[in-house]
Amino acid sequence: MSKLGLSQDKINQARQEAKIVADHTQAFIDKHTTDSVERTIVRLLGVDGINEFDIPIPNLVVDFLKHHHDPSIGIAQMLAYYIKKHNTTLDDIVAKITKETLPPQTIEPLSKEEVKKQLFPYYEKQMKAIVAQRATRDKFKQMHKLDRPMLYVIVATGNIYEDVTQAKAAAKQGADVIAVIRTTGQSLLDYVPYGPTTEGFGGTYATQENFRIMRKALDEVSIQEQRYIHLVNYASGLCMPEIAAMGAIERLDMMLNDSLYGILFRDINMERTFIDQYFSRVISAYASITINTGEDNYLTTSDALQEAHTVLASQFINEQFALRAKMPPHLMGLGHAFEIDPTIEDGFLYEYAQALMAREIFPEAPLKYMPPTKHMTGDIFKGYAQNTLFNIITSTTNQSIHLLGMLTEAVHTPFMSDRYLAIENAKMINQTMKHFGDEITFKKDGKIQSRAQNVLHDAHKLIKDINKDGLFDSLSKGVFAGIKRTKDGGKGRLGVYQKDPSYANPIIDDMLDSLKEVN
Amino acid sequence: MGYNLDNKIKDTNKNNKNILPYGDTMNDGKVQLSFTLPVKNDEKGYQAALKTAQNMTLENVMIADSITLEEEFTMYIAYGTLTNGVNYDDIHVEEAVKHTLSKDEIEEKIKLHFDKPIVVVGASTGTDAHTVGIDAIMNMKGFAGHYGLERYKGIDTYNLGSQVENEDLVQFAKDKNADVLLISQTVTQKDVHIKNLIHLIELLEAEQMRKDFLVIIGGARITGSLAKELGFDAGFGPKKFAEDVATFFVEELINQKSIKNQ
Repeated sequence: MSKLGLSQDKINQARQEAKIVADHTQAFIDKHTTDSVERTIVRLLGVDGINEFDIPIPNLVVDFLKHHHDPSIGIAQMLAYYIKKHNTTLDDIVAKITKETLPPQTIEPLSKEEVKKQLFPYYEKQMKAIVAQRATRDKFKQMHKLDRPMLYVIVATGNIYEDVTQAKAAAKQGADVIAVIRTTGQSLLDYVPYGPTTEGFGGTYATQENFRIMRKALDEVSIQEQRYIHLVNYASGLCMPEIAAMGAIERLDMMLNDSLYGILFRDINMERTFIDQYFSRVISAYASITINTGEDNYLTTSDALQEAHTVLASQFINEQFALRAKMPPHLMGLGHAFEIDPTIEDGFLYEYAQALMAREIFPEAPLKYMPPTKHMTGDIFKGYAQNTLFNIITSTTNQSIHLLGMLTEAVHTPFMSDRYLAIENAKMINQTMKHFGDEITFKKDGKIQSRAQNVLHDAHKLIKDINKDGLFDSLSKGVFAGIKRTKDGGKGRLGVYQKDPSYANPIIDDMLDSLKEVN
Repeated sequence: MGYNLDNKIKDTNKNNKNILPYGDTMNDGKVQLSFTLPVKNDEKGYQAALKTAQNMTLENVMIADSITLEEEFTMYIAYGTLTNGVNYDDIHVEEAVKHTLSKDEIEEKIKLHFDKPIVVVGASTGTDAHTVGIDAIMNMKGFAGHYGLERYKGIDTYNLGSQVENEDLVQFAKDKNADVLLISQTVTQKDVHIKNLIHLIELLEAEQMRKDFLVIIGGARITGSLAKELGFDAGFGPKKFAEDVATFFVEELINQKSIKNQ
């Protein structure tokens, strides 16, 4: 029974419209592949490392395909062909490509069964490693079952070893989730850097070695604290599926993963990133990694009061994209945020309505709720009060992933003490208001109910409009965050290829086969 | 923990030659602060906190609370008294704009003095991922009831968003024949914004384009003096809106025109 008087019919209709949006886009996705998807296949075959110029080997392998062959056949077809033709191993072929000693030949495509037969021994190892990581996580999680939102904090020093110090301190203070912010501009790199890194701006490079270092440190704290500490990074930008694969292998627990965010806020080409997102979500579903979507960002450029329905519409669409990747709802960390101007009368009521509405519409989703940022001023005392209001809604509407607001937002990257104060505030609210949400109901057709119903109504209408124009054209009209992006614009467009009939990706096929039908 | 009324306050008249922080009595010099030391939360740590506050020339230091952040990290909340005031009369401030015009007045001035729109290119540059500042000044909606430049008649705006490289910004400004560059720096780490701002000026000078644009910076940590020091035409800190920025560049562009016409 909806506390907000939301019509289940209306919710179903909106969901149905979103399904059509996603289906149309998926038809395009299924016909295409990208540089990053192909590099991901190479990585999942177990290929890693860099050459003497720091170029990642997966890039060299895919570049070989692009220079000497028709990229539309895909890297799996090419590698399987050379392995079979030379009657040798993958390592041998990759070494020859790296040393530029492999003479290019005309490829006569193998059957898809033959491609799989040639490559299975290599990717099986990574698939098994991912399954083992899943089991390890499940075991860790049995130590302590959470009955409250997960407390999520960010570290962003630029140096992975300094990140470890800060992350461990935050975890010991009570954080459940540690996100290592990436260095500025990594989303626009068309390769994944390699090895441990100590130099980053506003964040730390996402590399497989950095993942490993932080995972090891957090596992140690998890055991000490008898509470699993989740690790977050970003499967986003131009290397979306590659980072998803690295995260799956190194047991990250959550990945920020949202094409719409990349298109709008990083000007990444929409065709490229929707194709990339699909593979990345299949990998994350297979690895039981929770995705975090980025709807909260819309409200940093658009007005939170006027544009609330765009957040809900995008959540509906993101849900459908996740379902296409056979991702179960319990891994869909749909995003939203507390960004209404605090001087607006009854702003708190509208925030409450929005948060509870998301909870009711997506009952199984681990909703990710983001703190105020736009109206944080540098007045840390006021900021602390704003964060308290935000924490009340997070706790009493049962949000799942609670990104803690920092009182020094808009001043600097957090001090250790800022993080401590944020955790203490959230703990206090979780304790003192534990069952507040269960105790209250809302006045029929009062401000809160009406607000939620109106937002749902507007979101439904917006998705219908998006359906009329198609998602690509809608984005070029600026439906989300007031930002317009064209289908042909943005970064990474050159790395998109239509698939040849002989194209093969046995890894995604196997992952999809093992995932249960969820929609 | 009693509230420590300092009996050293003799003169409770406000004195502009010696302005002191105000707690609840004129010239009491009271300040509150918090800081974290990488030490254990024990008696030795407490003494370290006292000395830390004393190093800041605080007297009558009171450590109101000490909070364990981690085994070897303690946060202190401290109070103390300052006796060395500042000479308020001696302070001179670099104000880019003395009298801010209203949007209507600005539009009127543009109409009167310019036969084509003023082109403004804005961006949050370098590593800064925040667009809040530049959006507040440039976007249609503006901020806190002050419309952004996009809404002004006679001003063409291009907001390039965040993490824009200085090189790209300069190229874009050149292509659009810009009159004004607005640079926003919202949140920065380890003063990286200063390096980035210096780099922009160096770049403009190297390309011999410094005089082609009015270059203005804005952000929470920006002041007029800092802007001048770094070689910018003006700088706007918190609580400045589109009107302040527009008043500055419209008047400055008019000045430049009249100099050229002489």
